[in-house]
Amino acid sequence: MAALTPLLVTRDLRRAFGGLKAVDGVDIAVMPGEVRAIIGPNGAGKTTLVSLICGRIAPGSGTIRFDGEDITALPAHLRVRRGIAYTFQITSIFANLTAYDNVALPVHRRLAGRDNMHPRQLREAVMQALDRVGLAGRAGTTAGTLAYGHQRLLEVAMGLALQPRLLILDEPTQGLSDGEIDNFIALVRDIARQATVLLIEHNMPVVMELADRITVLNFGKVLAEGTPDEIRRNAEVQAAYLGSTADV
Amino acid sequence: MSGHAPDGAGSASKAWALHAVVILGLLSLHVLLPDYHHGIAARIMVLAVFAMGYNLLFGYTGLLSLGHAMFFAAGLYGAGLPVYHLGWSVPVAFATGIACGGLLALAVGVLALRTTGVAFMIVTMMFSQVAYLMIYWLGDWTRGDEGLTLSRSERIVELGPIFLDLTDRDTRFLLAWALFSAVLVLTVFIARSPFGRVLVAIRENEERTRMLGYNAFANKLSAVVLSGLVCAMAGAAYGLLFGYVGATFGSIQYSILPLLWVLLGGAATTLGPLIGTYFMFYIVDFTQGFLRAYMLLVGVALILLVLFFPKGILGTIRERWLKWLP
Repeated sequence: MAALTPLLVTRDLRRAFGGLKAVDGVDIAVMPGEVRAIIGPNGAGKTTLVSLICGRIAPGSGTIRFDGEDITALPAHLRVRRGIAYTFQITSIFANLTAYDNVALPVHRRLAGRDNMHPRQLREAVMQALDRVGLAGRAGTTAGTLAYGHQRLLEVAMGLALQPRLLILDEPTQGLSDGEIDNFIALVRDIARQATVLLIEHNMPVVMELADRITVLNFGKVLAEGTPDEIRRNAEVQAAYLGSTADV
Repeated sequence: MSGHAPDGAGSASKAWALHAVVILGLLSLHVLLPDYHHGIAARIMVLAVFAMGYNLLFGYTGLLSLGHAMFFAAGLYGAGLPVYHLGWSVPVAFATGIACGGLLALAVGVLALRTTGVAFMIVTMMFSQVAYLMIYWLGDWTRGDEGLTLSRSERIVELGPIFLDLTDRDTRFLLAWALFSAVLVLTVFIARSPFGRVLVAIRENEERTRMLGYNAFANKLSAVVLSGLVCAMAGAAYGLLFGYVGATFGSIQYSILPLLWVLLGGAATTLGPLIGTYFMFYIVDFTQGFLRAYMLLVGVALILLVLFFPKGILGTIRERWLKWLP
C-alpha cells in the first residue's frame, strides 16, 4: 500500500480569525478509500480545517493538494466539481423545495456538460441517492417539513448525489437518536466503499467504529494521529480530550 | 420547482395551457375593449414586460434592486436617441436599446454583485441615480424633463413587404401583445429550466448552492444581465410605441414601481407581474381622478403588501390552491 499517493494533503495550513489561530500549521495526508475522523474539543479548529479544505474559507497560508494537484487557490465550486463534497454541520437544505428537488440540484450539476443527458437519467440518479439514505419514499415531501433526522440524511444524500471522491461529513450524527445513529454508521460504511470520507464527529463510539485513522486537533494544531487503538492509548489525547468523556 | 418533481408532466401541460389562455385572452381584449382601455392595455403589456424582467432578478434570484429604472431608461434612450438624432430605423433602434440595457446590466452587475442584501439595494439605487442625472447632464441631446417626442415619420417600419405604423392604435396593441407574449413564454422557459432552478436555489440558500458545485456569482450575473435585457426591451418598446422619451422614466419612481407590481402580483410567479401591473395601473388611474398625491398611494400599498401580503396575489393562490403554478 505504500505506493499509493494520498488523495488529500495539507501542508502547514494556517488560518487566524483576529488573534485566534483557529488552524495553526496543520499537516494531514488522507489516503484514498480511508475513513479519517477528525476529533478534538470544541473550538479545536475542526470545522475551520474542513472549511479550508472544501474552500468555504480561504487559508492564511499553507497549501492544499487534492489528487496531486494544488487546489489552494481554487474557488469552492470548482473544488466540488473535482470531487470534494461537504455536508454542513448545521443542516443546510433547501427548506422550501421538495426532497427530490434538493437532490436534483447536485445531480444536475454532476450530469451537466454531458451531451446526451436524458431526463430519465436525472430521475434515476436522484432516486438512487434518496434510496441510499432511505428517503426514496419521501421524494415529494417539502424538505423543511421532514423530521430532523431525515433532514440530516437528505443533507448526506445531496453530498452523495455529487458522487464525490472525498466526502466531508461535519458532525453528521449531531441530534440523531441511537437508532438513527446505528443506521448512519451502516450508511457511512456503505459510502466508504466508493469514496474517501473525512468525518468530524463528537460521538466517540461512532468514531471508534468507523474510522480507519483518527486525527486529533487541539488549539488548531495536530495533537496526535493514528489508528483508533493508538489514539485510545495516547496519554496526551486522554488528557486533552478523551479524559473528559467518561464512557470511552 | 414543481416541474422537476416525479409528477412533472401533468403540471407542465397544465401550466402551458394556462399561459396559452392568458395570451389568447389578452389578444381578445383587442376587439373587446373600448378605445380608452384599449390604449391602457397596450401600455400595461409593455410595462408588464418591465415587471417580468424585474421579477427574474427579484422573484427568482432573490436580489432586490432599487435601480431598475436605469435599465428601462437605457432601452428608452438607447432606442429613442438614435431615432430622433440620427434617423435610425425602428428595428435597428430597438435592438440598440436592448443592447444598451444588456451592457449596462453587465457593468453594474459585475460591481453591484460584490455586495448583498441592503448594500445591493443601495448600490443599484446609486447607479440608477447616476444614470438619471446623466440624462440631464446630456440635456443637449435628451432635453431632460421635457423629453423628446418621436414624430409619426420616425415611427414607421418598412421591412420589405412589412409596413407598420406605430402611431396606429391596432398596430401598437398587437406589437405590445406580441412582445408581452414572447417575454412571458421566455420567463416560463427560464423558470422551468435548470438555470431557473439554480437561481431559485441561490435565492433559498446561496452557500449551499455554491457547495453543490455551482458558480453563484456567474449565475447571479447572468440573471442581472437577462433582467437588464428584458427591462431595456420594455423601455425601448415603450419609447418607440408611444413616441415619448423623457427623464421621468429614469427616476427612482420607475425603480420602485416594478418592485410594487411584482410584489402585488406575486414574486417568482410567471403571471404575477402582469396581474400586479394591471391592478396597480388601474388603482393609480382611478385615484388620480380625485387625489393628486398618487405616489402616496403607491407607498402605502407597498408597506401594506410587505407587512400583510408578502406573497402577492398569485403567490398566495399558488400556496393555497394551485401548487403547479410556475
